[in-house]
Amino acid sequence: MSQAAFSQKSFTQQLKKYYALYAGGFLAFVVLLAIAEQMGLPRKYIGYTFLVATIGLYAMIGVMSRTVEVSEYYVAGRRVPAFFNGMATGADWMSAASFIGMAGTLYLAGFDGLAFVMGWTGGYVLVALFLAPYLRKFGQFTIPDFLGARYGGNIARSIGVFAAILCSFVYVVAQIYGVGLITSRFTGLEFGIGVFVGLGGILVCSFLGGMRAVTWTQVAQYIILIIAYLTPVVWLGMKHTGIPVPQVAYGQVLSKVTELEKKLTADPKEQEVRKIFKDRADAANAALKDPAKAFADNKAKLEQNVTSLKAANAPADQVAAAEKALAGFAKDVDAAKAQWNKDKGGAARAAAPRPHAEPFAGKDEAARNSARLNFIGIVFCMMFGTAALPHILMRYYTTPSVVEARRSVFWSLFFIFLLYFTAPCLAVLAKFEVYSNLVGTQFAAMPAWAAAWQTVDATLLSITDVNRDGIVQLAEIVIGGDLIVLMTPEIAGLPYVVSGLVAAGGLAAALSTADGLLLTIANALSHDVYYKMIDPAATTSRRVTVSKILLLAVALIAAYVTSLKPGNILFLVGAAFSLAASAFFPALVLGVFWKRANKAGAITGMLVGLGVCFYYMATTYPFLRDLLGVTKPIAEYMWFGLNPISAGMFGLPLGMLTIIIVSLLTPAPSKQVQDFVEHVRYPVLKGSTYSTQAN
Amino acid sequence: MELSDKHQEYWRKNLVITAILMVIWFIATFVVAWFARDLNNISFLGFPLGFYMSAQGSLVIYVLIIGFYAWYMNKLDHEYGVQEEEIK
Repeated sequence: MSQAAFSQKSFTQQLKKYYALYAGGFLAFVVLLAIAEQMGLPRKYIGYTFLVATIGLYAMIGVMSRTVEVSEYYVAGRRVPAFFNGMATGADWMSAASFIGMAGTLYLAGFDGLAFVMGWTGGYVLVALFLAPYLRKFGQFTIPDFLGARYGGNIARSIGVFAAILCSFVYVVAQIYGVGLITSRFTGLEFGIGVFVGLGGILVCSFLGGMRAVTWTQVAQYIILIIAYLTPVVWLGMKHTGIPVPQVAYGQVLSKVTELEKKLTADPKEQEVRKIFKDRADAANAALKDPAKAFADNKAKLEQNVTSLKAANAPADQVAAAEKALAGFAKDVDAAKAQWNKDKGGAARAAAPRPHAEPFAGKDEAARNSARLNFIGIVFCMMFGTAALPHILMRYYTTPSVVEARRSVFWSLFFIFLLYFTAPCLAVLAKFEVYSNLVGTQFAAMPAWAAAWQTVDATLLSITDVNRDGIVQLAEIVIGGDLIVLMTPEIAGLPYVVSGLVAAGGLAAALSTADGLLLTIANALSHDVYYKMIDPAATTSRRVTVSKILLLAVALIAAYVTSLKPGNILFLVGAAFSLAASAFFPALVLGVFWKRANKAGAITGMLVGLGVCFYYMATTYPFLRDLLGVTKPIAEYMWFGLNPISAGMFGLPLGMLTIIIVSLLTPAPSKQVQDFVEHVRYPVLKGSTYSTQAN
Repeated sequence: MELSDKHQEYWRKNLVITAILMVIWFIATFVVAWFARDLNNISFLGFPLGFYMSAQGSLVIYVLIIGFYAWYMNKLDHEYGVQEEEIK
């Protein structure tokens, strides 16, 4: 043991040295590129350099960490120190949605978007108090392993495998989508090619070295992503607050934003634009009641206008304008209908700007209460989902001890916190920039970043002079959420190399999460299904080989599903959390904290949790309703007006209740199982003959 | 095996600290969110308090809860003789 003690200590020292060198090297690389940019290196090559250099780096770590040892492959040899496991968990956790999407969600939704910030951090309290130390003491390889050991037999394990694959797969599709998006945007490659380039980056790590390679790559990825996120925000914050910690000082910017909101709500020009959108929406609603007649009427009116102008010998430019209006009118009823539906959707733009800091805005008390309940619902599901997602829980198997597992949750949340408490600040700074420097400028004299992004991608930024006064009004701007993080370097006045850095950070976030998820799926299949259920006599090298083959297959299937561009990504992510919370949380926590919980209870409870959660989504989420042919109105299925993303708020409590009731109605678990529970409760239990540690 | 009184006390203490920290977590999360509109009438560091808590304050509390739990439990392990062999 003293040999091990010595090696663990020197191992940690070595890691610190390597990663310090690595972080320094990376910064030097960025500085070098910045110098090259000054000397005239074209932007396109900066994008390529970042892409090739970072993926190459991850590949190198992957190759260096290649392994065929079972415990190295599944749990990185169980010697990842708390600090580094924290970083790896941070990268594992923070996906493209956190890195690119979070600040945008906060920009668009204001206070109500904070439900995700709270949910995705507060969940770690549950991980720390209820799961990490006990799972580490248990010390096997996967989460279904725990269910199998605690609730005996393959049924509980199988349900665990099914749920783990279901939520991880839904989540990994969203990640691969993010990889494709970032690669294509910054290098000009096609989306489909971007997906496969990214997939190469993902596979080269997890395929060769399993958890060991993924862990050490994730640490490297965390360092890149946090540098990339903080650099532009700190710079922008300096500009507005004068100190390099804008996270503390953006309160004054927020109150300026609130002032501007009031000004823009009352501004006559803004009201004029909003009225135009309202009139259009009203006209569209009227026309949509009888599209055929409205089409004929409108067309006739335009034709008559041309004829009467001609008859009255009106000036040529008036006639030309009328003819142009006629030519621009929809070709047939269907085209007209499409236009009207679009106008109808424009009704949202007729609303005054939403006060950023105001919680649960709504037109009346009932609407506000419903907004509040849905906020609570999202917080609840994101938290309990965090504490139930297998790819996160699995990370705590990799620490050397229970003590380190506890510390490691602290470092995990600390490293995640660095990004999440910056995102609300970034949203406010970006909003201030838009309200004060973009709104009110001449169209001809727009800030350079706005003009540039408008031409790059109209879904990210589009500004149209609706009231034709030559000045930008807030209501004339449409911003896509992803723009906020992407545009920050430019509005902060930083060189293009920082934009490349941000893209590299986004890529790191998406790749690291995808790695963790793919590994979870492959491990559930190879370890729980193949080794534990099909062929318990399999040799260790065979188990690792099977896992690698499955990993490849799952990755290809996920990439294929991604290329079909399935529905709303945010809903998919939310659904993964709700499903995980309902399926895993009650069975895992009661398994440790309540000795009386038994096999029958756990099996029915997990099924009820999953079932209720899925039923609620299937009856209230439009995409699933269409798929399953549900026709009765959504309102009849809604419980307390809660949105489908929060289905876990019903699934989890009902699942837990079921475990308790069924367990009490059936015989208590055997002495052996009760010994098992005691075994996981104590870091060391002298005299216990029970041992679950697998090496 | 039969657990000694000491072992049972260790587990009881663990349950107590877990419960206390859960109450703090619950207040920092759900009570704060429920009353966010009212809290916004109070100003804190130049922020409306309801907004500040959801954006930063509660997050800081979460980090502290986990840090405290790790420190407390690692100490408790030693007091009750259930600590692991030192491997650092």
